Amino acid sequence: MDLLNDLALGFSTALAIQNILYCFVGVLLGTAVGVLPGIGPTATVAMLLPITFSFEPVTALIMLAGIYYGAQYGGSTTAILINLPGESSAAVTALDGHAMARQGRAGAALAAAAIGSFIAGTVATVVLAVAAPPLARVALQFGPAEYFSLVLLGLIVSIALARGTALKALAMIALGVLLGTVGQDIYTGTPRFVFDRRELYGGIDFVSVAVGMFGVAEILRNLENEQASTAITSRVRNLWPTREDWRRMAGPIARATGLGSALGVLPGGGHVLASFTSYAVEKRISKRPQEFGNGAIEGVAGPESANNAAAQTSFIPLLTLGLPAHPVMALMVGAFIVHGITPGPNVITDEPALFWGLIASMWIGNVLLVLLNLPLIGLWVRMLRIPYKVLFPMIILFAAIGTYSLSFNAYDVYTIVFFGILGYILIKCGCEPAPLLLGFVLGPLLEENMRRALIISRGDATVFLTRPISAVLLVLAVAALVLAVLPAIRKRREVVFTEEE
Amino acid sequence: MRSTSRYRATTQMIATIGVVTLLTACSGNGGTTGTGGSTGATGTYPEENITFVVPFSAGGPTDTVTRMIAEPMAAKLGGKIVVQNVEGAGGTVGAGEVARAEPDGYTVLMHHIGMSTAPALYQNLDYKPLEDFETIGLVTEVPMTIVARKDFQPSTLQDLVTYVKANADKVTLANAGIGAASHLCGLLFQTAVGVKLQEVPYEGTGPALTDLVGGQVDFMCDQTTNTTGQISAGEVKAYAVTTPERVKSLPDVPTTTEAGLPQLQVSVWHGLYAPKGTPQDVVAKLSEALKVALADQKVIDQMAKLGTAPVPAESATPQAHRAKLEEQLGTWAKVIADAGVKAAS
Repeated sequence: MDLLNDLALGFSTALAIQNILYCFVGVLLGTAVGVLPGIGPTATVAMLLPITFSFEPVTALIMLAGIYYGAQYGGSTTAILINLPGESSAAVTALDGHAMARQGRAGAALAAAAIGSFIAGTVATVVLAVAAPPLARVALQFGPAEYFSLVLLGLIVSIALARGTALKALAMIALGVLLGTVGQDIYTGTPRFVFDRRELYGGIDFVSVAVGMFGVAEILRNLENEQASTAITSRVRNLWPTREDWRRMAGPIARATGLGSALGVLPGGGHVLASFTSYAVEKRISKRPQEFGNGAIEGVAGPESANNAAAQTSFIPLLTLGLPAHPVMALMVGAFIVHGITPGPNVITDEPALFWGLIASMWIGNVLLVLLNLPLIGLWVRMLRIPYKVLFPMIILFAAIGTYSLSFNAYDVYTIVFFGILGYILIKCGCEPAPLLLGFVLGPLLEENMRRALIISRGDATVFLTRPISAVLLVLAVAALVLAVLPAIRKRREVVFTEEE
Repeated sequence: MRSTSRYRATTQMIATIGVVTLLTACSGNGGTTGTGGSTGATGTYPEENITFVVPFSAGGPTDTVTRMIAEPMAAKLGGKIVVQNVEGAGGTVGAGEVARAEPDGYTVLMHHIGMSTAPALYQNLDYKPLEDFETIGLVTEVPMTIVARKDFQPSTLQDLVTYVKANADKVTLANAGIGAASHLCGLLFQTAVGVKLQEVPYEGTGPALTDLVGGQVDFMCDQTTNTTGQISAGEVKAYAVTTPERVKSLPDVPTTTEAGLPQLQVSVWHGLYAPKGTPQDVVAKLSEALKVALADQKVIDQMAKLGTAPVPAESATPQAHRAKLEEQLGTWAKVIADAGVKAAS
């Protein structure tokens, strides 16, 4: 019963009054930066890190971790309410979450996201407590070749995100991947597609693309009809999920929790894949795939659960091996070092109170997040009654300020305008922004890992097939592609998805 | 570069408004901004807060070292030291900012080996290390370790040299990105051994070390700060440390000299700089405070945990620091030019 002893130690640490307090401060800040467009958890943690140096080590880490997973909670709120994803994972939530909001079911969508996140977070924390070291070993089996194949699979699976034809979805993914190559190449430092603008050396900012493609393009489209002068929805139906909703949420939350927990462990970008793989899976196995994109609660509960589960398990490589999986965690490694703790596999044995205290605090943090977010739902939903012509200029203003404040690069604001117009044109052509955004996020991962795998193999491309995990993933990718583009299936898709409201 | 100052100002503002109000009680560096301007007589230095600019992110090794010595230095000087992180372009953004700062002793730069490699790596560098700074003193020389995946065949440094020569077309050498310490050490290793290896760049130490522990790449050379935990846990194999002395936290790992590769001497040396023209008595005061901080038992203990140690007192002087800088500028100019490396920026 070592585990029980360890957990007892963990909870006695995490329940110390200052640890609960800073856990709350962390998740509160995380929720705030998740809701505000522009500022992300990495910037927040970087700013706050020096302040934590005067804390106890465990307190510091509890707060920093809280910011990280708290932001995953907060990001879904704006995605659902105003179609403005603040983080890559929330882009998927926007698809059905915002559709639900337009139908007056924002409350149910927010509740589904919060409850799904809580359940997933709880289970993932248990996974972390029980199986962290062996899972970390599995994660180490993933080298550049495996990540390439995994990302490729993810990209192909994301065709399912589109309501229209598979071909257009593929084209959007490809365009996204190309946009992701803008900036300096990490291997040679060569600037690519920057047109001699230094502002583009760092690449295109994700938030600007998301705000433009989703938010601004949506506004332009709404300006076409009289809806522009009224609120998003005046009829707000029940704030809570109905009995039917609960029934429909259960399966997706369970599957997404498993999927998210597994993908989250992979340090090379698994957590990015979690939410939309879950969406694709739910859409594929649903008896009502036609509802996806039009307000299917499964499309909210699944991805949100997956991304929260992944946010928890992505701590596994850090805690068990001292290897950071995310820029936020690289900063946390710094916090370890400042406090005189050598990050590495010995932390579990040398600093048991810290290791188990942090794990216990994650569960407490999830409880705090639910307590924090459920009462806020009523408040958020009321926001939708603000007339459209008042609300949307405000949203654009906030988004522009948020994006600009991140790096004081006016190009990030121009980017919003550019992608707003591009997004509108694409919508008019029947192309959707979600696959493009995912291509944009995953493209650099795809390229980086492909090139690294080829560098290591001295240009021998068979490495993707001779390594077993990579080969299996590629086979799955081919299968997914065949399923997506088979003419018969495509015909059915077209019949089912010809919606133009 | 204007944007950098604005960034700093606003970051500080956001941090101050958003956070300090929340955490003032526990914050070590609450109201940070000084009164600015008034510094006539240097005899009473310091009359306001001194800013230590770290050109790397908070929580990184350089930042950690700075914060360790800031406290005892402030105590000795009888003032307050505020650590500020100004990141970007391999440390050149923060260094450039200090080069252009008021030379009044209230803006001080902590920089590492990157000070000596930047002129060779960056074509458009907007400062000159020797001409735009006063050296204050060296702080620490963080040893590097040559580490390999644990099932890599060679068992000693000699074996490694023989092995990489024989298998130059198979061996992979990881690094944390162009211009990173691990990249520089890797270049020096190849020069010392006289072999050209396939380098595998990563974005930062974290992913590079992850792939080394996972056995995806063969070996790399990185700071003890990053590798000690993995070495002690047996996750990676250590061949040697690259300094003249062994490292306390890794007593079993020989030095490169002991292991038969004395040409490979490299450390991530850190030093303090003030803008050119800072009054000599102010520089002397800072250097004196540095010496006191480096003799502080708490600093020694904290550095030991990082796998390093303060430099001896005679190195914590402006002269010793300048000599080191000159020597290193020469070394790296050659190594980097020979390797044909350029960090475009």
